[in-house]
Amino acid sequence: MRRHQVIQDVFLENRIFLSRTVIMFVAMLFLILGLIIRLVYLQVSGHEKYHSMATNNRIKVASIPPTRGIIYDKKGRILAENLPSYSLEIIPEQIKNMSNTLLRLQKVLNISEEKINEFHKHSKRYRRFDSIPLLLKLSAKDVAKFAVLRHTFPGVDIHARLIRHYPYKELTAHVVGYLGRINSRELQRVSGAEYRSMHFIGKTGLESAYEDILRGYAGYAEIETNAQGKPIKTLASIMPSRGADLHLSLDIGLQKIAYDALAEYNGAVVALDLESGGVIIQVSKASFDPNLFVSGISHKDYNRINHSKNMPLFDRALRGQYPPGSTLKPFVGLAGLERNVVTAQQKLFCPGYYQLPNKEHKYRDWKKRGHGVVNLKKSIVQSCDVYFYDMALALGIDNLSSFLNDFGFGKKTGIDLNGESAGLMPSREWKRIHKHTIWYPGETLITGIGQGFTQVTPLQLAHATGILANNGAAIAPFLVERKVYADRIAKVNHTQAKKLNLKDKNVEIIRQAMVDVIHSARGTARLIAKNRSYQIAGKTGTAQVYSIKQDEEYNEEEIAFNMRDHALFIAYAPADNPKIAVAVIVEHGSHGGSVAAPIAAAVITEYLNEGK
Amino acid sequence: MQVELRPEQFHKQSFSGNLLRKLHIDIPLLIALFILLILSFMMLYSSGNQEWGLIIRQSSRMGGSCVLMIFLAQLEPRQFQRYSIPFYILGVCLLIAVLIIGDVGKGAQRWLNIGFRFQPSEMLKISTPMMVAWYLAGHEIPPKWKHIVTVLAFIMFPTVLIVRQPDLGTSLLVASSGLSVLYFAGLSWRYLFSAVVGLSAFTPVYWHYFMRSYQKDRVNTFLNPESDPMGKGYHIIQSKIAIGSGGVSGKGWQENTQSQLDFLPESSTDFIFAVFAEEFGLLGCLGLLAVYLFIIARGLYIAVQAQGTYSRLLAGSLVCTFFIYVFVNIGMVIGILPVVGIPLPLISYGGTSMVTLFAGFGILMSIHTHKKVLPS
Repeated sequence: MRRHQVIQDVFLENRIFLSRTVIMFVAMLFLILGLIIRLVYLQVSGHEKYHSMATNNRIKVASIPPTRGIIYDKKGRILAENLPSYSLEIIPEQIKNMSNTLLRLQKVLNISEEKINEFHKHSKRYRRFDSIPLLLKLSAKDVAKFAVLRHTFPGVDIHARLIRHYPYKELTAHVVGYLGRINSRELQRVSGAEYRSMHFIGKTGLESAYEDILRGYAGYAEIETNAQGKPIKTLASIMPSRGADLHLSLDIGLQKIAYDALAEYNGAVVALDLESGGVIIQVSKASFDPNLFVSGISHKDYNRINHSKNMPLFDRALRGQYPPGSTLKPFVGLAGLERNVVTAQQKLFCPGYYQLPNKEHKYRDWKKRGHGVVNLKKSIVQSCDVYFYDMALALGIDNLSSFLNDFGFGKKTGIDLNGESAGLMPSREWKRIHKHTIWYPGETLITGIGQGFTQVTPLQLAHATGILANNGAAIAPFLVERKVYADRIAKVNHTQAKKLNLKDKNVEIIRQAMVDVIHSARGTARLIAKNRSYQIAGKTGTAQVYSIKQDEEYNEEEIAFNMRDHALFIAYAPADNPKIAVAVIVEHGSHGGSVAAPIAAAVITEYLNEGK
Repeated sequence: MQVELRPEQFHKQSFSGNLLRKLHIDIPLLIALFILLILSFMMLYSSGNQEWGLIIRQSSRMGGSCVLMIFLAQLEPRQFQRYSIPFYILGVCLLIAVLIIGDVGKGAQRWLNIGFRFQPSEMLKISTPMMVAWYLAGHEIPPKWKHIVTVLAFIMFPTVLIVRQPDLGTSLLVASSGLSVLYFAGLSWRYLFSAVVGLSAFTPVYWHYFMRSYQKDRVNTFLNPESDPMGKGYHIIQSKIAIGSGGVSGKGWQENTQSQLDFLPESSTDFIFAVFAEEFGLLGCLGLLAVYLFIIARGLYIAVQAQGTYSRLLAGSLVCTFFIYVFVNIGMVIGILPVVGIPLPLISYGGTSMVTLFAGFGILMSIHTHKKVLPS
């Protein structure tokens, strides 16, 4: 761009610029003088007023905690509630010498060093004029002891707080979860202002998954306080709004039956309501008392629980991953029928082992002498491995893997809880990515009987059983049926059932076989058939904890308890009009038929009798 | 034509003085900036609850900004003049890009993400006055009517784009940086007054059609902070309490109660002056204002001494922008101006404005130290 040259009058320009600069500077001086006048007004004539506002009559905004929503079971029994309890609280701002005060308090009350450390850690996250709990759940005796000496402890006071309580303790520890003191990592994730007065946050289970709606919203009060920080009067307040109550599909009565039926074993029981998809039972054992965590668990208690070889903190129902063993056979059998690999009539001779063409290795049947001539039904009823080795080979891993995937194996069920495990449904691709090797035919065989890489969670197993019972209709399992807010009730909309494309005829063949597992003379779970007006369809399974060598015998008596097989059982009932699906896993229970099946039977009996 | 010699050549200088001079650094400005940076560290340490992370992050920004300043000081003013147009066009293009693909944060779309996030509107604080100065330097001074209109278009374009983000504080600074060039170029007083009158008439229109509700809230709050003491007026009230409670001599460094007790929000960024006033009192405030005033006076001196219309106009405008920073920030903190997001220059925590401010000082130093013995 060419610009035309302008003849500038340099002297005129200089004069203009100089005068403009001087005027500008003078204007700036005046404006700055304005700032100074204002500063003098604030800091000299207003000093006294603002000083007293700053130190003496401070208006504080106190956060009022909301009441946390209550959790009810299917029949309105309370699973998580708020009980009033006394807590000893300190306002750090009002304490001149914190360590001295704490020392004196320790002489009056029994306060462990641990509690004091926790208090220090916790108080850093709050403002100095917030009231920070030191001890929760004071006994009446402690309250009395402190009340006498209260005047000697300015800044320390007893407050009534609502403390979360779980009346069913171990029964709901995993599924309902528990509250605990909020930590700094959690405080970064949530709005700090909302939690100013609450101090607690849902750590696990439903308490964590539904934290946002259970919590409610804090209210605020503007409080005028005197020089000692004691409240003088409330100027204005906004009431807190309470959290929503949750109504679950869970039935605590049945939960208890399942928990008790596990007796001395560890394991998991999951039962689903087949009409709604709701979870009726979700038991994980070993368990613990969640109430210990609410008031701040001591190191001793925590170490005891955390290091127990029973792993009580571990939620087996949601996160435990087990080989499905023979409980996978009905699904594999259905795959064979659906993909036209076998017919119901097709027969095969079971000599007690199976060999791949031109291979030495013998894949054993659990029954050493073999089942003789078997068809699909007999193979399910008596749990013949050889038949399924053969079928798996015919299906191929790709067919098997994709078919079982549709039943939710290897995928999260999408239940309304955090941290669900996805299990594992192996495939060629999975093996290539994770094991860096190709897929071997022998692995297809053992996948066909639910061993090998395959891993399922108890919840997945129950979910898959439900899909089978409902002729292929898959609803994501859920726990919360209704959320009751202060002003409205929200029925939870669950995802519409996704229907798998299955032939009724094939499903019926599998159903018949599963009924015979219980209601026939040779069935592996015939033990639980007695005294029933309806039929149960089920399948037993055992999952190897360790593999025996080619020429070894599995001898239960000689094997250490923690090396014994897991016992599994899946079932739905009534077989002709399914209402409930159950999956049971008993760790080191050895026998699906005699250990796991009775637990499912107890649950089914109770559930179906209640309806009458 | 008179021959100008650098006055420094007549003085004996120390070695370091010579070095700085070779680096085209203006020593008085450098010292004043240095004082402010030290104050900034002290304030950040105190208001950020003695957190070193804050200070380390800020010092790395300061280091980077200083390097930029020294770099710009090496260039000759005609380089700036030459690149005025491309720089301006680049800035406007980036602003348009922000409106289309910018990152959203805190309810506004101000950032571009090109590996790191940066705010193109900052660039315009320098490129707008450069553009206006370039244009006016090529025409008669004082400017004619049609030149004024052209220049107003240059100013309005980026300003409107920034208002749309929305970012009231920056658009105010960009507009005023351009307008101040017009002022220094000798825009007649008649026009100036009619513009002021016109703008006041425009205010209701602006209020109804252009201002976002939160901006209206700020003005309402400013006019009557006690109407909502726990809500929107909270900043201003708490800030006044902090300043007022400081008194004449202040509570002493790190002795502030208001910001440490979390009463005072944004105590490291836009409201850092309140912490300063609480800790150092009226005397401290006067001292700080004196440092700012010194920088402004030195800047205006550089502008008056500058060679060539372009340098002169640009220098004057940069100083004006700096003054507006100081005045608007302190004005809002002490409650005589509505709250707009403008930091206290060189003291508030934050990187974006620091880079632009140092770039401005770099240009000032370049203008001052590259004078030709024989003016062209």
